[in-house]
Amino acid sequence: MADKYDVIIIGGGPAGLSAGIYCGRFKLKTLVLDEKPGGTATEAHNIENYPGFESISGVDLMERVRKHAEKEGVNIIRESVFEIKKEKVGFIVKTDDAKEFACDFVIISTGNKRQKLGIPGEKEFNGKGVSYCAACDAPFFKDKVVAVVGGGNAAVMAAVLLTNFAKKVYIIYRRDKLRAEAVWNERVENHKKVEIIYKAQVKEAKGENVLKSIVLDNGKEIETSGLFIEIGGLPSIDLAKSLGVKLDKDSKIIVTDTQRTNIKNVYGAGDITTASAGFMQIVTAMSEGSIASWDILKSKKRDAEYE
Amino acid sequence: MGNVVNLTDQNFEKEVTKADTPVIVDFWAEWCGPCKMMAPVFEELAGDYKGKGKFAKLDTDKFPQVSGSHGVQGIPTLIVFKGGKEIGRIVGFAPKDQLKHKIDEIVS
Repeated sequence: MADKYDVIIIGGGPAGLSAGIYCGRFKLKTLVLDEKPGGTATEAHNIENYPGFESISGVDLMERVRKHAEKEGVNIIRESVFEIKKEKVGFIVKTDDAKEFACDFVIISTGNKRQKLGIPGEKEFNGKGVSYCAACDAPFFKDKVVAVVGGGNAAVMAAVLLTNFAKKVYIIYRRDKLRAEAVWNERVENHKKVEIIYKAQVKEAKGENVLKSIVLDNGKEIETSGLFIEIGGLPSIDLAKSLGVKLDKDSKIIVTDTQRTNIKNVYGAGDITTASAGFMQIVTAMSEGSIASWDILKSKKRDAEYE
Repeated sequence: MGNVVNLTDQNFEKEVTKADTPVIVDFWAEWCGPCKMMAPVFEELAGDYKGKGKFAKLDTDKFPQVSGSHGVQGIPTLIVFKGGKEIGRIVGFAPKDQLKHKIDEIVS
């Protein structure tokens, strides 16, 4: 017999762990299955917009959140989910390690996968100049030339961090204006180490053993040791899809204002959903997680009244 | 930390280059979030592979010349060595079952 839970949460980023904290406090027996502890939030070197913390690293914040969830009695297991199966009553969740758990409610909070450029050389030089995590890899580029691709928050924050190490930082962006928060944009727009190349895309990464240069779509070749790819994410939707959960045209899980999906007792929370007006923040993800938990609590109470 | 050997520039040759079994080296640093998240997974794998392979880790911040000479410019990176030679590398965070799968593929 599989271990039985009230709620199984898939994904242990801000949305999943926040849902866990609320479920725990509502005395729901809760399991979080987490293939990437802390989620993509752990890749942020400095978070300055999480209320109450003027500056905190993603790792430190998510470490606190995880401990909080554990304190509320949530069981967190580091495993990827292979399949969610709908039963007559409830669900069976199977992990890649062939463990099985049963539950009445599922919250899918699997977030985003890092988007790749899909250009020649990108894979070959991954970890040898090509990077998807500036907070991890910036210190390897002391006094070197680096390039950041993208123009949103993640890209501009990466560029700011890189100015502490590299001697020159290019930002390469396909639009004509950066779209990060103004406080971040200001830090790069007049920075003497930063050169912003607008309306350009990277077409190729070249090198020998390690990255040496990149080629832009205007034909220009730029010598660089680092290429930081910060162009956002794609939703991790395989599990949702296999359950028959409805997605929108951007492959996000369509949810109601109480985070319900089209499948009964399956909820979505965080970056993967259409909620919060598409504003993907730690606070919005956490908020979605808490709302899902609240709705689950109410559903359970209502079901109990009919029994 | 029982099953994972701590590498330095001093013991790298003895523990890695001259080892009889395959050696899987985790290149990490204190500042790297995904590295910290992967550390407990690596520790578990070291236990699972006991007797079949050696698991070791190198702090790239303390020993940049060692990571530099292996062309490591991104972490976490796992390099699999056999007979002193690199036979494969895994770049970036991966969950336990994927790591296991990739390591088996490289070593076999």
